[in-house]
Amino acid sequence: MLNRIKQKLEAAFPGAKVQIADTSAGHETHNSSGAHLAVLIIYKGFAGKSLVEQHQLVYAALKEEMREQVHALKIKTRSE
Amino acid sequence: MNQEMKKIIEEKINSSAVFLFMKGTPENPQCGFSAQVVQILDDLGIEFGSFDILSDESIRQGIKEYANWPTIPQLYINGKFVGGCDIVRELAASGELLELITQ
Repeated sequence: MLNRIKQKLEAAFPGAKVQIADTSAGHETHNSSGAHLAVLIIYKGFAGKSLVEQHQLVYAALKEEMREQVHALKIKTRSE
Repeated sequence: MNQEMKKIIEEKINSSAVFLFMKGTPENPQCGFSAQVVQILDDLGIEFGSFDILSDESIRQGIKEYANWPTIPQLYINGKFVGGCDIVRELAASGELLELITQ
């Protein structure tokens, strides 16, 4: 799943640097509904956009995954 | 989204200058991310209103659509959506959160 999510993000943000980590360990007690992931995306196209807009773009790129497989997504975005 | 749900949500958001949709209550958060936002607001001495989305499934789905934001918690300041846990943490660290509130 991590690889597919990384590919989706790289497709949505061409030329971006994408790092992804599974941080599910430590959340076992309430982890029945999906993985805990953390992503860092450095993408020139984020320049001039608010943090809310940047994170909305990330959520939009992972719409299907957010519905079922991902319980929590920690997002960090930068434009450079 | 229907007008009735929009009205219900906006009444809540506008009931307090700072308003948090969360899982659980400030005294008893039901999710680590909600707990973190409560902690940040408390640490800064910011008073806020809140609503436990676990108590109402229609509002839980409604605010996701309202803010175009798929996760809880959601923080609103002066009626405007500010972000979820990660953004609130960033804004608190940079001092921008207090600026937003005192504007």
